[in-house]
Amino acid sequence: MKINFEDERPIFLQIAEGIEDGILVGAYPEDGQIPSTTEISVTYKINPATALKGVSRLAEEGILYKRRGLGMFVAEGAIRKVKQKRKAAFVDRHVKPLTREAKRLGLTPGETAELIERSFRDEEN
Amino acid sequence: MKKIELKNVSKAFGQVQAVNDVSLTFEPGKIYGLLGRNGAGKSTLLNMMTGRVFPDAGTITVDGESVIENDRAMGKLYLMGERNFYPDGMRIRDAFCWAAKFYPNFDSENANHLAKKFDLNTKRKVKELSTGMSTMFRLSVALSTGAPYIFLDEPVLGLDAVHRDLFYKLLVEQFERHPACYVISTHLIEEVAGLIEEVFIIRAGELLLRESTERLLARGYTVTGPVDAVDAFVEDHPSIGEDQLGGLKSAYILGSLDMSKVPETLEVSKLNLQQLFVQLTKE
Repeated sequence: MKINFEDERPIFLQIAEGIEDGILVGAYPEDGQIPSTTEISVTYKINPATALKGVSRLAEEGILYKRRGLGMFVAEGAIRKVKQKRKAAFVDRHVKPLTREAKRLGLTPGETAELIERSFRDEEN
Repeated sequence: MKKIELKNVSKAFGQVQAVNDVSLTFEPGKIYGLLGRNGAGKSTLLNMMTGRVFPDAGTITVDGESVIENDRAMGKLYLMGERNFYPDGMRIRDAFCWAAKFYPNFDSENANHLAKKFDLNTKRKVKELSTGMSTMFRLSVALSTGAPYIFLDEPVLGLDAVHRDLFYKLLVEQFERHPACYVISTHLIEEVAGLIEEVFIIRAGELLLRESTERLLARGYTVTGPVDAVDAFVEDHPSIGEDQLGGLKSAYILGSLDMSKVPETLEVSKLNLQQLFVQLTKE
């Protein structure tokens, strides 16, 4: 999990996304326990209320669930849910800024698409 | 109702109005940031809240009782101030015993544990400590008093980056164990931005702003672009400050922004707490 205070989004959202990242890469497997809000808040030197807000957000979305007296766990199907959620936000978060920069540089949609395809090929090699 | 409450508090030193008609409340279970420039009146406020200085006007109550000449109320408050008030020759470990006499819930074990974390030798004399070591000693006391209201005035003075990091972590740990009211006054704003739930900004002795840190940050923007475009934009969105570099201008805005109405020539980014503080309190 990575918290970047230069990041523009509220810290609780960054906490939630950090946990999502951990779920996507398998660091927090489905049905596995995630760190407690105390561990999260001490590690990142943030207010415990903020850490709790980030975790609660994921619980509301069904990505985490609470086991009474034990803590928070990754829900079954969490990976699928996280991917769905990220895809829904993909245009706003990633495509729009890319489009904006492409326009500023005078790149056509075709040229931009070609660059994206090339980047995909590079990742595969 | 458990809280510290200041109502219309004022204090002058000679011709200087240090605090002017300030009303505010602090509650247990929260970490607050009390921010202001040098001479803004932060220390005077903290000294009044802890009964060290008496206000000229207004009232200060703790859990409903006046703090003035009131030992029971004073026992609930701890101020880690800029100076040491320990007798000459007193050693750190003796100072811990001393603190336990004033604060019945003082946790000596915790104080020793914190001193160890800071690599402090508790046999050292308090008066012989360097600035940084003195801060570590006073933090070890402050985080162990068990007082429900703890005021930390410049809590990282003289600490290097590693020790500051350690302090912030110890503070969160302590806060989780004892959700007291912590009021932190510091110039290292970005370092505490994630810790403080609510921020109070003091300017020239007056309370300029009180808001949840999250809400405040959500309202702060920098808009950058060609001078004409920025000037046109700030007509509808009053700025709290502006900077110009040749033909490129930045305006700092506190308010809500409809991103779909921002012209394409303008770049919008968020302001962090320190940037907001600078724009709000500069001359």
